[in-house]
Amino acid sequence: MTGERTHSVDPEEIKKEILAKYPAKVARKRAKQIMPNAVDETGNVPEISANVRTVPGIITQRGCSYAGCKGVILGPTRDIVNITHGPIGCGFYSWLTRRNQTKPATDQDDNFMTYCFSTDMQDEDIVFGGEKKLKAAIQEAYDNFKPKAISIFSTCPVGLIGDDVHAVAREMKEKLGINIFGFSCEGYRGVSQSAGHHIANNGIFTHVVGEDDHVMEAEYKINLLGEYNIGGDGFEIDRVLNKCGISVVSTFSGNSTYGQFANSHTADLNTVMCHRSINYVADMMEEKYGIPWIKINFIGAKSTAKSLRKIAAYFEDQALMDRVEAVIAEEMPDIEAKRKEVKKRCEGKTAMLFVGGSRAHHYQELFKEIGMTVVSAGYEFAHRDDYEGRRVIPDIKIDADSRNIEELTVEKDPDKFAPRKTADQMADLEAAGHPFKEYDGMMPEMEKGTLVVDDISQFETETLLEIYKPDIFCAGIKEKYAIQKHGIPMKQLHSYDSGGPYAAFKGAVNFYEEIDRMLNANIWEYVEAPWQSSPQLSAKYVWE
Amino acid sequence: MLLRHTTKEIKERKSLTVNPAKTCQPIGAMYAALGIHGCLPHSHGSQGCCAYHRSTLTRHYREPVMAATSSFTEGASVFGGQANLVQAIDNIFTTYDPDLIAVHTTCLSETIGDDVNQIVNKAKKDGKIPEGKYVIHASTPSYVGSHVTGFANMAKSMALQFAKKSGTSNGKFNIVPGFVEPSDMAAIKEMVKTLGISPIMFPDTSNILNGPLTGKYTMYPKGGVSIEELKSTADSIGSIGLGPLASADAVRALDSQFKVPCQVLDLPIGLLATDRFIDALRSAAGVSVPDSITRERGRLLDVISDMHHHLYGKRVALAGDPDQLIPLTEFLMTLGMKPVHIVTGTPGKAFAKRIKEITARLGDEVKVKGPGDMYTLHQWIKNEPVDLLIANTYGKYIARDDDIPYVRFGFPILDRIGHTYFPTVGYRGGIRLLEQILNALMDRMDRDAPEEKFELVM
Repeated sequence: MTGERTHSVDPEEIKKEILAKYPAKVARKRAKQIMPNAVDETGNVPEISANVRTVPGIITQRGCSYAGCKGVILGPTRDIVNITHGPIGCGFYSWLTRRNQTKPATDQDDNFMTYCFSTDMQDEDIVFGGEKKLKAAIQEAYDNFKPKAISIFSTCPVGLIGDDVHAVAREMKEKLGINIFGFSCEGYRGVSQSAGHHIANNGIFTHVVGEDDHVMEAEYKINLLGEYNIGGDGFEIDRVLNKCGISVVSTFSGNSTYGQFANSHTADLNTVMCHRSINYVADMMEEKYGIPWIKINFIGAKSTAKSLRKIAAYFEDQALMDRVEAVIAEEMPDIEAKRKEVKKRCEGKTAMLFVGGSRAHHYQELFKEIGMTVVSAGYEFAHRDDYEGRRVIPDIKIDADSRNIEELTVEKDPDKFAPRKTADQMADLEAAGHPFKEYDGMMPEMEKGTLVVDDISQFETETLLEIYKPDIFCAGIKEKYAIQKHGIPMKQLHSYDSGGPYAAFKGAVNFYEEIDRMLNANIWEYVEAPWQSSPQLSAKYVWE
Repeated sequence: MLLRHTTKEIKERKSLTVNPAKTCQPIGAMYAALGIHGCLPHSHGSQGCCAYHRSTLTRHYREPVMAATSSFTEGASVFGGQANLVQAIDNIFTTYDPDLIAVHTTCLSETIGDDVNQIVNKAKKDGKIPEGKYVIHASTPSYVGSHVTGFANMAKSMALQFAKKSGTSNGKFNIVPGFVEPSDMAAIKEMVKTLGISPIMFPDTSNILNGPLTGKYTMYPKGGVSIEELKSTADSIGSIGLGPLASADAVRALDSQFKVPCQVLDLPIGLLATDRFIDALRSAAGVSVPDSITRERGRLLDVISDMHHHLYGKRVALAGDPDQLIPLTEFLMTLGMKPVHIVTGTPGKAFAKRIKEITARLGDEVKVKGPGDMYTLHQWIKNEPVDLLIANTYGKYIARDDDIPYVRFGFPILDRIGHTYFPTVGYRGGIRLLEQILNALMDRMDRDAPEEKFELVM
């Protein structure tokens, strides 16, 4: 495919071409979600429609609320027994692969991540109600596994038949004396898995955060929010942070434990990786406990260095700043060497990214580092602020689908609220260029004339591939093989295929190597058989 | 220890399933629908189901799996999914231009009681189904049966919603191959053809879910049963359904509605089940079995007799689908092995009864549970160890923790390749299965052998 690429693509033309195919109503809706990027001098970007319903019949990348709640947020938490209340399918499909890695301290520590627990509802449970079976299942889970906590996830039919999972949770919590809590994360709630993230995070915040006041003995204590330890990302971030002398109280939710959530309100700073999945938790923790938050990004070597400096600046301690600089100086040379070597082979090539609620943004840094351009990108389940920046939050219209997702009202905790910085200190830091609660979003950082597509469909993917002929495409497993049939390598960024980690310093090296392999593997040169390119001239045996 | 919480001590469980040995109906229906040429499967429910099913099928086949969804949100769940489905049908035909859409329901649309037949009729009346295009549908509530049931329901819909008797025999045989790999479907078709019989096989996922890399992607690969063939199933001489759970409904429906005589056989896995399949085809079509097939049979026997010393008396644990496990258990018995712990997640009393009949010679040594789960299987193994585990990908954890030689078999297989290309049905498939079993056992022997016993000739 390389060599045939068209560099001068007019995104408005492509948009028109795509919309022409759709029925009028679909075209009108999609017109607001497909946006040629333009950034003005003040950093303003065009308004894009996001977090709106997927059109029935249009093949989407999206999953559901249950998937976001059980799979993404609670999935990588190893010591909670997660019971799916519903027919077997949902539980079965969210039975995790090792996508989210976890590592208990010893062989004796709880680890339920490789287990799948379900009430496996049958038709009689649908007819007569499933609460009785759920109670019994919780009892059996307790008898068999003696976990610290049990959580319950509602699937579509549970919501319809009206099983009260929260009442069951309260009753069983009382009876068994361990923390038991439920999530109303039926698949039809909201418009994407983002709704499920919200339900899950609210649940953890309500039922677990603040349960354990023990304060970790450490100098610089942070929480890492919105990091899922995909392919071991969290392990590498932890390594780098620890080397700098920064301690992680809790990670939401990669390689996490119940105890870390319970204790997370004792940290001094919240750092937010995936803005989409968790920015509201950071807000709530600030409101209730007084922990300020900053946006960081550990994808990309430069981003990692920048994020470490941001954390160090927050603590205003020269010793920490020096250590961070020393770590960057120590880690960078190896990365630089690899980066330069790989850049030689990747420079000038193009990529497309259609993943997640932040991933399509973060990974652009890594591609930039090896000289590649992202010509088109979009999120699977982001909201407008993830594209345009937090400043648009007050303008976002709340529609019926969002109204279904509970917004928690949070107040200062009378006992546990403790401001980490004075208002003056915060203002000084802001003035010195260290903003809090800020995220500019994806579009301001993308080039003018690139194409931003929210909730991309299969048909749109095909059209973009044909026109842009990118050198690499990043998406999820459902898209992978259709793209590769075109002879274009496809990198999964939800599960990393079999690769990773890609975060922080060593992760950057892994990513450079992976992209190098994918772009420069010779398999794509052989797609055409020899007899396909040279037409037969005469019917004669060559050995005649 | 990845399954560190699986204990030897067995406590009764009635309500909690742990590590299921089945999944839900719609995925089976989606898989079956992919076996019709030019078909786009459609999942009538919230979009998560469709996403999960596509992801799982994609991971197992490593091929594109396209399907659309009605994308229910809360409103549709309360007021019914008619508007969503009619809109979806319109959007699909406009945007993706399939020959037909095969709709299956989910627990959501089933629970609210959507009448898909009525909705499809409405779509037709409203002009949303273009001339010459079709929409078929199957009811597949996830809280009944398993993925195998979903396959069966879609296979039945396929025939019934197209079949039309013309009065003239087409001289063909209908074959419903069961929930098996594309490679198996190709092999079944080949066996039938070798006997000189023309098959109409439905569904047929060969060439669809094991397609080539060509530099071009096509949503509807060349393959699958055609609509014309499906219409013609009522004119066939007879039908054979392979695997009672997955295929009986379809062939029996053709029998009762169109008087196409049917037989339901076990999947042709292993020596004896393949014998029965070939013999049934031969008798039904009045043909004689060509030497090539008898030679293949002999080869399988030859391998068994050559390698019997590795097989005899070895204890095996199995998890999977009833249609597969029944002939597989029989095959293991043929090999002189002892299939002692067997679970399926798919409900149904017939399973345990058949297994007990097949393994009667082993008496009380055999534990069987249907529906059961893989947690139970693992606990049995901890109490009474085995020499070999045969299960889908999820058996991997058990095999690692308890250090058991392991053969991947069934659905899904996410961590190996081969299943989509190399069949396990028929005599040749038997040799492949046997090869996998022997390799697992001999790799273990080699690994554990003291140096003085380490041998080249095995």
